[in-house]
Amino acid sequence: MKVWVYAQAAEGAVTTGTLELLTKARSLGDVEAFLGGDAGDHAAALGEYGATKVYGTGDLGGHLPGVAVASAMKAVIDGGDRPDLIMFPQSYEGRDVMARLSVKLDRTVLTNNTDVEVDGSTVKTTTPVFGGNTLVTAAFTGEGPFLAAFRPKSFVAESAGGGAAEVASAAVGDLGATGAAKVEAVHVEEHSGPKLDEAAVVVSGGRGLGEAGNYATIETLAKLLKGAPGASRAIVDAGWVPYSYQVGQTGKVVKPDIYIAVGISGATQHMVGMKGSKTIIAINKDKEAPIFGIADLGIVGDAQKIVPKLIEALQGR
Amino acid sequence: MNVIVCVKQIPDPALPQSLDPSTKTIKRDGKLILDESDSYGVEMALQLVGKAGGGEVSLVSMAPNGETSGMRTALAMGAAKGVLVSDPALQGTDALTTAKILAAAAQKCGEFDLIIAATESTDGYTGTVPEQMAEVLGLPSITFAKTVAIDGTNLKVNRQTEAGFDEISCTLPALVSVTAGVVEPRYPSFKGIMAAKSKPVDTVTAADLGVQPVGWAGAGQEITDIAQAAERQAGEIVEDDGEGFAKIVSFLESKKVI
Repeated sequence: MKVWVYAQAAEGAVTTGTLELLTKARSLGDVEAFLGGDAGDHAAALGEYGATKVYGTGDLGGHLPGVAVASAMKAVIDGGDRPDLIMFPQSYEGRDVMARLSVKLDRTVLTNNTDVEVDGSTVKTTTPVFGGNTLVTAAFTGEGPFLAAFRPKSFVAESAGGGAAEVASAAVGDLGATGAAKVEAVHVEEHSGPKLDEAAVVVSGGRGLGEAGNYATIETLAKLLKGAPGASRAIVDAGWVPYSYQVGQTGKVVKPDIYIAVGISGATQHMVGMKGSKTIIAINKDKEAPIFGIADLGIVGDAQKIVPKLIEALQGR
Repeated sequence: MNVIVCVKQIPDPALPQSLDPSTKTIKRDGKLILDESDSYGVEMALQLVGKAGGGEVSLVSMAPNGETSGMRTALAMGAAKGVLVSDPALQGTDALTTAKILAAAAQKCGEFDLIIAATESTDGYTGTVPEQMAEVLGLPSITFAKTVAIDGTNLKVNRQTEAGFDEISCTLPALVSVTAGVVEPRYPSFKGIMAAKSKPVDTVTAADLGVQPVGWAGAGQEITDIAQAAERQAGEIVEDDGEGFAKIVSFLESKKVI
């Protein structure tokens, strides 16, 4: 079985999500990576995690990766290098590339997966639904390439100790009208402290904080615990904090040692993003809140009263 | 300026959801409502058409049993008309075929400048349909839009990224998927609700649109197993008596975090 992994890089390095997929891919068969950008920059890291070859498109010239990388992948496949399975990270770009390619190849997509299994030529993937209480396993039918996207942290990244991957070029063809969208400027939102999806402690706030101004207590608490602040979708939609803080289905998936949910009721959307945490502490006014169903320690009470006391106690240590 | 909005009609997400073991699809036999994620797209479309000073908002939707209650909500907000694809053969249809169907339905709405969709639906959340639709229609697309503005025939979008956001420009026609919170959706007025009852919704089948095969037959996938996941057990839940914070402190100590 030949497996391609759609590789992503950020801030000059291959993303953890990519390394996770490469690690899983090498247990399934021969692995090649496909990168929107200069493959030479990342051949060493991709090779170390198991890719024998990496296709690179070179500079995308301001095109969004979805349309450009899918076009380059299609050209390589038409040229005769045909993978059986293509694994994508469940990320903005991964979704877009996969969607464009699915139309070009007329192949279905299976997204939001947390596992994959290969039995001969049959490829099956598993997706948690309804907040993770039900696991659905689906098999691709017909012929490959099969297209599957995987949630972050579905697999643990482990080096294979491999040498640099062979570099091959994959040109982006004429995109016609589909290439009209161009990136004019890139903005990076500054953040201090550990990254939300890598922190050992995550403290997230929700509606129960009462008002936007009270979110500062979440940041203070996170800082005291050397963790990262997070948020429910409700307060991101309400504009209290930027989207980059969001934990959940449409935000970041986190698996810290300690997750503290403050004023978050535990909507499916949120639970999907944090129920893999080792230990969960919840503070909520409503004792019927679903979050208490998965909390190791739950305090039924007013977050606006409890959190300041907690901060004071921690500062006093 | 004519805008088409993709709207999904879904079971109320506040109610428990389940899979129908015989069809292996989400149970959708109760009343369906407008997916809240789509209300942002409807509002955005209405605002863009309002600013352009002319044109209309059309809806496309795919739902079982000729269901239009969710579409009526969007019509009550101010959309002018809709195309509903409803066909028993569609059960089990995958995201790719859904995109082909919605693309064909969009073409029945007449000339358009922009198609708006949510980034993903609340019930199925595959999250690829908008981008697949764009590819089917040969359109440029910008996913995860946080802001959308139109200047003549040029579209300006701030697009969400992992690190922050990108400023994107694009010529029309195009497709945009919008994040929740991009605008504040209006509540339908009484007048809007009354008017919505008589707005035209053209109900068609997949065959009318010339899309074949559909349903499980065209899905390229089959469900092989449905299982219950191992559940986390709830731990100690206590009422705050003013000393709840101390419980957390000693818990954190026991975990050696502090």
